[in-house]
Formats: sequence, structure tokens, C-alpha cells
Amino acid sequence: MNRWERFLDTFFNVKVMAKYLPDILSGTVLTIELALAIVATGLLAGLILALIRSLGIKPLNWLIIFVVDVFRSLPPLVVIVLVYFGLPSAGFSPSAFVSTWMSLALVLMAFAEEIFWAGITSTPKGQWEASRSTGLSFAQTLLYVILPQALRITIAPLTNRTIAITKGTALGTVVALHEILGMASSAVSNSYNPSPLMMGAAAYLVLFLPVVVAARWIETQFAWKR
Amino acid sequence: MEEIVLAFFNAEIAQAALPIVLQGLLNTVLLSLLVVPLGLAGGLILAMLALSRSRPIRWLLIAWVDFFRAFPPLVLLILLFAGLPFAGLELGGFACVAIAFFLNTGAYYGEILRAGIESIPRGQVEAARSTGLSGLQAMTYVVLPQAVRNVLPDLLSNTLEVVKLTALGSVVAVPELLFQARQAQSVTYNATPIVMAAVIYFLILWPVVRLLSRLENRALHASTR
Repeated sequence: MNRWERFLDTFFNVKVMAKYLPDILSGTVLTIELALAIVATGLLAGLILALIRSLGIKPLNWLIIFVVDVFRSLPPLVVIVLVYFGLPSAGFSPSAFVSTWMSLALVLMAFAEEIFWAGITSTPKGQWEASRSTGLSFAQTLLYVILPQALRITIAPLTNRTIAITKGTALGTVVALHEILGMASSAVSNSYNPSPLMMGAAAYLVLFLPVVVAARWIETQFAWKR
Repeated sequence: MEEIVLAFFNAEIAQAALPIVLQGLLNTVLLSLLVVPLGLAGGLILAMLALSRSRPIRWLLIAWVDFFRAFPPLVLLILLFAGLPFAGLELGGFACVAIAFFLNTGAYYGEILRAGIESIPRGQVEAARSTGLSGLQAMTYVVLPQAVRNVLPDLLSNTLEVVKLTALGSVVAVPELLFQARQAQSVTYNATPIVMAAVIYFLILWPVVRLLSRLENRALHASTR
């Protein structure tokens, strides 16, 4: 066996890969479910917070800003560890899936709120006044005038942030979630062979590379023309 | 209520865990001081390469950056930490973190610096060159200072993310803040040390988050008026 064959036999061992393929696939399904749940709830919660903030109720806004700041400053892994290992002491034991989902959704919520809010405030006050004076209600102004413009300028930062946070599903491994990385790691220690890890790496690329390429395209489509 | 205080804000345990947690904080600071310049250096190399007129190099660069934007940093770290020993290369957690950050955060810094450099009109380089500055001098004295200023909020925001990312070191037994807190937690069976770590992260990074909010808002308002 020459060096190259030995390399292939170690890192791309067909037998090992075939054996652990079902594991990696089930991990991939779990990662997709988790990612979709995080994106849906995180973005929605962020949008709702930004809309509440636009009502301009001072004490409520301070609370929103504080919560957002907390989840922007804490490392996502710290939030996950705190939820998974800490909450049981408070009588609530979320599963690994729920812990990871909750934590990353909160982090995404914080970043999304900030971006949505920046989008909302970027529309000049005159537009609000003009819309209201034509007889549109507050909700109509928000829905038909402000949000379409706000969403347009938020789309690039929002997609980037969403990808960066959704990739964090891999952090679930730390709380023994059986997503791709978790499955691959335990397969490596069972088989004494790194091939499952290479499969796991490939699975992440298959999942996220198309999203990154799409994001790059979206960025050019919605960029501010200077 | 009392149970909650005892489980999360236990003064006795906090006192006992303090030296361990503070040691972790020191290591997190040192780790950040290592990986931020490392990532910036990687980013600068990528941004310089992006100026190349050769199409294959530019395509390769986009592929490189997109690869690391798609690849979770933790997977990269585990790949280095658990994969490389099979190739006969045992690097240890600290070196793996350094390499993973150089690659991962370098790609992000590279994108930001490239955008900054592209925001400087070409005429400035031509003017600088025609006064007798070399290409390197024009870059270091004319283009880069302005480019960095233009993308300062993005650079700062990425640096914040890099510092937060150092918590990944805990997975490969680098004794940074989160690792130390978890050690203390597993000895005391109490969540207080982790709450301490979270509070420390928050207190240190909150001012940066506030500053960023203001910088980002200002940039957005400037672009729409």
C-alpha cells in the first residue's frame, strides 16, 4: 500500500463510510429540522420585537433593548450550556434538541430584531407623516410603506446573520444532540477511523454551501446602488 | 425563589469558583489577543489576493470564502482535533483553535477588508503611484487606512463574534472561560459558575454591542439620506 492508498483507506474508508452512512443521514435530517425551527421562530420573534419597539412605549423598549443586548453579547455555546445544564436546577429539563433550538432561536431573534429595527428607522420620518396624512392607518403605513423598504435593505445582513447562527446547530453536539457532528464524532470513536467525520463535513457543505451561494446572489440583487 | 438563588446565584459556590473562573477569563483574553490578529492577518492576505487581475485566482478566492462561510467553525475545529491525529499529526487543542480561527475568521475578515478596499476609488492609487510611492506604500499609507475606516463597524462586529467564538475552545479542553466554568460546575453540581461566566461575557462585551448598535444606525442613516 503506498502513501496515497493509505491516506484514502484512513480518511475515505468505503467500508466504514457505508456502515455509518445511515447515522450521518439521520443526523442530517435532525440538523435540517433544527435549522428550520431556528430560522422560523428566530426571525419571527425578531420581527415581532422590532414591531413592538416601533410602537414607542419607553419601558417596553428598554426591556427589548436589554434582552437583545444580552443575546448579542453572550456566546451561543454559553447560552446552550446554561439552558441545558442550568435550567434543570429550576425544575425545567429541556431536551438537547429543545435547548439548542431555544438558545439559537433567542440569539437569532436578538440579531434579527436589531437588523429589522435598523431597517424600520432607516425610512425617513417624512414617509410616516406623508402616509398617515393620506389617510393610511398606523398598521397600513407599516405594512405597505415602511416594511417593504425596510425588508429590502435588511435582506443582505439578515441572510448572512441567519446562516452564521444556523451553522451553530453543530454546537448541539456539546449537549449530546444527535445531529451531524454528534453522529460523526461517536462514529469516529466507535470505528477508530476518521471517515465518518469526513462524511459529516461533506454533509454540512451539501446543506449550507447552496445557501451561502444563494446569499451571495441575493446580496448583489438587493444591494444599495450607490 | 430561595431554591433558584441557591441553584444559580449561590454566594458560597461563587466565592469558591471565583479563582477558577477568573483564570478562565485571563485565558479567554489571551486567546482573543492571539486569534483576532491571526484572523486579521489571514483576512488581509485574502483581501490582497482579491485585488489580483487573474480570474482563476479570484474564483478560487470566492470558493475559499464561501467554503468557510458554509462550514461550521466547531466542525472545522473537531476535524483538526480528532481527524489530524489519524494522519499522524497530533496538535493539541490550543494549536487547533489557532488554525481553525485563522482559516474561519480569516475568511470573514477577508470579505470585509475586500469590501473596504473596493470602496476606495482607483484614482487614489494612481495618484499615489504617480507621486512616486511604490505599490506597497500606496496600499499601506493611502488605501488601507481609508478602507479600514469605511468598514470599521463590520470589522468591530466580526471581532465581537471572534471573541465570542473563543468559547468553542472549551470543546477541545482549552481552559478558557466557559471550560473553567464547566469544570467548576461539574465539581459543585451547581449552575452558579456558568452563570458567572455568562455575566462576565456580558459585562465585557455589552459596551461593544452598544457601540456597534450606534455605529450601525449611523451608517444606515447616512446611506439613506
